[in-house]
Amino acid sequence: MRMTETYPQTGTGSAPGSADVVLELQALQKSYGAAKILAGVDFQIRRGEFVCVVGPSGSGKTTLLKCMAGLLEPSGGQTVFEGAPVTEPPAKLAVVFQDYSRSLLPWMTVWANVELPMRNKFGKAERPARIESVLEAVGLAGKGSLYPWQMSGGMQQRAAIARGLAYQPDVLLMDEPFAAVDAQTRIELEDLVLRVRAEFDTTVVFVTHDIDEAVYLGDRVIVLSGAPTTVSRNLAVDLPAPRNQVRTKSLPEYARLRAEVFELIQSAKSHATIR
Amino acid sequence: MSTFPSTRSRGGIRLILLRAWLPAGLVAAWWLASASSTSLYFPPLQTILETLGADWAGPSFAGHLLPSIGKFLAGFLIAAVAGIFLGLVIGMYPALRAAVEPIVQFLRSLPPPVLLPVGLLVFGIGASMNIAIIAFGAVWPTLLNTIDGVRSLDPQLTEMTRSYRLTRAQKIRWVILPNASPQIFAGLRTTLQMAIILIVVSEMVASTNGIGYYVLNSQQTFAVPQTWAGTLVLGALGYLANLVFIRIEGYVLRWQAGLLAITGSGA
Repeated sequence: MRMTETYPQTGTGSAPGSADVVLELQALQKSYGAAKILAGVDFQIRRGEFVCVVGPSGSGKTTLLKCMAGLLEPSGGQTVFEGAPVTEPPAKLAVVFQDYSRSLLPWMTVWANVELPMRNKFGKAERPARIESVLEAVGLAGKGSLYPWQMSGGMQQRAAIARGLAYQPDVLLMDEPFAAVDAQTRIELEDLVLRVRAEFDTTVVFVTHDIDEAVYLGDRVIVLSGAPTTVSRNLAVDLPAPRNQVRTKSLPEYARLRAEVFELIQSAKSHATIR
Repeated sequence: MSTFPSTRSRGGIRLILLRAWLPAGLVAAWWLASASSTSLYFPPLQTILETLGADWAGPSFAGHLLPSIGKFLAGFLIAAVAGIFLGLVIGMYPALRAAVEPIVQFLRSLPPPVLLPVGLLVFGIGASMNIAIIAFGAVWPTLLNTIDGVRSLDPQLTEMTRSYRLTRAQKIRWVILPNASPQIFAGLRTTLQMAIILIVVSEMVASTNGIGYYVLNSQQTFAVPQTWAGTLVLGALGYLANLVFIRIEGYVLRWQAGLLAITGSGA
C-alpha cells in the first residue's frame, strides 16, 4: 500500500511526479511588523499522504497552517492548492482547530454543528446519511443530539473531526488537535485519525509539537526550524501500515526517526535561544 | 434537571408556597387594616377590588386595557426589532460604529420623558405618539447590548466560519446572533421595563384612553378607588409581561443555562 519513496531533504521547486501534488508551499513568508516568523517555507503534499509538520514552540506552526488554509495572507511566496494559488479558504480544504471548545458552537447540538458547513455543499436530502456516517466513524453514533458542553474534551474533538470530514475536503488540516486532551484520549484519537483517513481517503496535514505523535502518525514528517522558520528536514517515515501503538513504537526504525526529529528540534531550540 | 417526578412536584408546591406567603400576607394585612377606613385617600381594599372587578372586567377592559396592551406590544416590538437589526449592522462594521457611536451615546442619554413635548408636536395625541415614544425611548438598551454582543465574537469562531466558507447570512443566522443572544436578551429585559414605564407616562400626557390615562384621569376627578384599581392593573400587567419574557428567554437561551451549569458562571 505505502510505497517506499525518497523525498528531497528540503523540498524546493517542483519534484518529479508533481501531477499528484495537492498542496504546495512556495517560499512562504510571513512577518508581523519587524518580526519575521516564516522565512521561506517550501514543501509539497501529495494526494493521499499523511504529513506531520513538527516544530519547536514559537516556530510559527499555527501561522503556517493559517497561510495554508487561506486564513492569513502571506507576506511573500504562496500556497498552491490543486493548481491554484490560495487567496481565500479553498472549498475542498477543511481545518480542525486546536481549541475545540472555541470552534464548536455551544448553542447547537453536535448534529447541527456537523451539518452547518455542509449546507453549501450538500442538498438537504443527502445530509442526514452523511452526518450519521461521519458520527459513526468518529465513535459518536447516536450522540448527535448532545450539545458540545455535555461531552468530554475528547468527544468534542471527535465532533470537530466529524465536522471536518462531513465537509468532504480533499485535504484536512489539523492544528495541534490533541494538545488539550489527556494522554489516554490522545492515543485513542491518534488511531481514530489514522482510521478515518483511510476510510474517507483524505489527505491530512497534521501540525503538532509532539515528536512521538508526528513519527507515529505520518507518512512523512516535515521538521521546522525555530523562527524565522524554514524547513530543516523532510523525512520519509518508512514504518509499516497499519500503525499500532505498541508494535510500531517498539520498532528500531521508529526509535531512530524519533531520535532524528528530536535532535533537529533540540538544535532548532538552542539556535533560537542563542539568537 | 432530571429528578424523580414525585420530588419535582413536591418541590414545585414548596416553591409556590415559598414565593406566595409574603404577597398573600401583605394583601391580607392591607385588607384587614383598610377594612374600616373612612379616609378618602385610602379606601378599603374591598372597595378597590370591587371597583377593579366592575370596571376592568367591564367597560375599561376594551376601553383602556386592550389599547394599552396593543400600544405597549407595538412599541416594544418596534424597539426590539429595530434595536437588534441596527445593533447587528453597527456591530458588524467597525467604521460605521465609530461614526454613529457619539450620536447613539447622545440620544440614549436623553431621559425618555423629555421626548414627550417633541413627540406631542410631531405626532399629536393618540396611539401613534404613544408607540413612537415607547419605541424611541426604550430601544437603547437593546441596541447597545446587541452591538456589544455582536462584537464579542471569538476570533477563532470567525476563522471557523471563514474556513468553512459560510455565507454572510449563514454567519449571522447561525453564529453571530446566537453568540450575541445572551446580551441581546439582557438588553431586551431593560427595554421591556422602560416600555412599561413609557406607556404609562405617554398615556398620561398624550392619550384619551389606556391605563395611564385612566389612572391620571381618575386621580384628577378624585375617583380614588379607580386610581388604586388602575395602579393594581398596571402592576399586574408589568408582572405578567415580565413572566412571559422570562419564559421566552429561558427557551431561547436554554443552551446557555446548560453551559453555565457545567462550566460555572465564571467561565
